[in-house]
Amino acid sequence: MNFDKELNARGLSCPLPIVKTKKALADMATGQVLKVIATDVGAVKDMQAFADQTGHTLVATAEENGEYIFFMKKK
Amino acid sequence: MTTKKMAIIATKGTLDMAYPPFILASTAAALGYDVQIFFTFYGLQLLRKDLSDVMISPLANPAMPMPVPMPVMVQMLPGMESMATMMMKQKLKKHGVASLEELRDLCLEADVKFIACQMTVDLFEFDKSEFIENVEYGGAAMFFGFAGETDICLFV
Repeated sequence: MNFDKELNARGLSCPLPIVKTKKALADMATGQVLKVIATDVGAVKDMQAFADQTGHTLVATAEENGEYIFFMKKK
Repeated sequence: MTTKKMAIIATKGTLDMAYPPFILASTAAALGYDVQIFFTFYGLQLLRKDLSDVMISPLANPAMPMPVPMPVMVQMLPGMESMATMMMKQKLKKHGVASLEELRDLCLEADVKFIACQMTVDLFEFDKSEFIENVEYGGAAMFFGFAGETDICLFV
């Protein structure tokens, strides 16, 4: 999966993963993809809710070695 | 799609009760809500420049999980409040929860508006110079102008 920017949200708990995601997306252009890596299991639902409520698209998710990876495309 | 709005009335100033307003406000702001927090009574403590005095007491806090059961006679001993506060802060840090300062900064960066209740500032004779800069001072009637139009209005 291609991405334009990576956000390391490992070790951060709610609400930091989505608050930082929002901040990271702010500097990106429409259509660009942000890769977010988190360890907080709550981030799984939060990231989907973030996408649903803001209009950005959660294009893909993955789980690797206890880490949750999200690819968020800016609207 | 009209912007959703959220108002929070923050009335508590202990460490445990400081988190809900800032977490809810920063999350809502991240989701695109227009957010305002009205700080009144002990919630005003959360507007201090220096938040290191925000504490939590083990006394009369029976719902607070403790590593060991603590009789009330022990909870009231000198130093126990500082210890409970220190332990809570360590736990928050260990679990990757942001500090109060960081959450407050995130709120301000996300354009969450802070309003301090003028009446209780006067009541407790608080010195405005001890509060952070980006605060507007007003009363309940003024806050209702915003709160009355919100999708979510919370009292903490």
